[in-house]
Amino acid sequence: MISTIIFYILASAALISSLAADRTKTRKALQMAWKSFVNIAPSFVGVILLVGIMLAFLSPEFISRIIGEESGAAGVLLASVVGAVTLIPGFIAFPTASLLLHSGAGLTPIAAFISSLMMVGVMTLPVEIEYFGTRVSISRNTAAYLFSLAAAFIIGAVLS
Amino acid sequence: MNRKLLFPLAAAAGYLALAIFDLSRFFTAVDTAFYGTLEMLAVIPPIFILLGLLDVWVPKEIMVKYMGEGSGITGGIIAFFIGSAAAGPLYGAFPVASVLMKKGAGFFNILIFIGAWSTTKIPMFLFELQALGAAFALTRLAVNIPGIIIIAKLIHTLLSPAAVDEIYRASELR
Repeated sequence: MISTIIFYILASAALISSLAADRTKTRKALQMAWKSFVNIAPSFVGVILLVGIMLAFLSPEFISRIIGEESGAAGVLLASVVGAVTLIPGFIAFPTASLLLHSGAGLTPIAAFISSLMMVGVMTLPVEIEYFGTRVSISRNTAAYLFSLAAAFIIGAVLS
Repeated sequence: MNRKLLFPLAAAAGYLALAIFDLSRFFTAVDTAFYGTLEMLAVIPPIFILLGLLDVWVPKEIMVKYMGEGSGITGGIIAFFIGSAAAGPLYGAFPVASVLMKKGAGFFNILIFIGAWSTTKIPMFLFELQALGAAFALTRLAVNIPGIIIIAKLIHTLLSPAAVDEIYRASELR
């Protein structure tokens, strides 16, 4: 991904300037970077393992079938639930959604899936709780879920 | 045992169960987890290096001035752009938010940042434009940006100052 390459260039440039300006500070920065990474690494691994299990049950084909076949309010609801509990990289999610759109699936369920996929993170909830506590994490995800449902109906209404 | 290891160990136990009861799903899961690990290892290093540098070089006063509670709309816009410029899955946003809080960014702005990272990442948006067309992508953006603000406002209003303090204290300790 180009964005990742840009981040590497940015980080290298910042690191080199920092080294040129102050070696001790730079060492401290790298120690901090390492410390925060080690701190969060177990949770990252947990999320990655969880996503593996989840996608073993909710394959892209299965998700397509749900979003493509179910229609009406139930379909929208189901699509939003699937979006909320999955964590799929954009380079898989968008082509899948595009395929669905071209094979005649409704705009509203697709919008529900995309919106809740982005805004709601059930898989990343353990990490979020670690940083923000249970109350903020649960309320943020609940609000985001309800909003993504509303957003789907608005997008569906505007575009049809 | 370290409490932090509980979550990955529980997830690993799921793999054990899959290996026993459903071998084909087990292999699918391992495959996905393998690519997820590669993704993390690719995306995470520059983010954490930038975080460390930010921690060392940006003085607290500067962060408070531009992103603190009193920074007004400027702080919100900065938070929105940092979040939108991000690369990587949502779990990468939390350590960044933690450092921003430690440096004195306001909680409303932190919520805007998390919302932007999840929903308006520029690389993702370009992908969406290509895959689903301008009408869909722009409409979704137009609907979701107010959503980010509404959700941030809602949580910021509902949460007591004491609860916010507690989250900030935790970020100091990291």
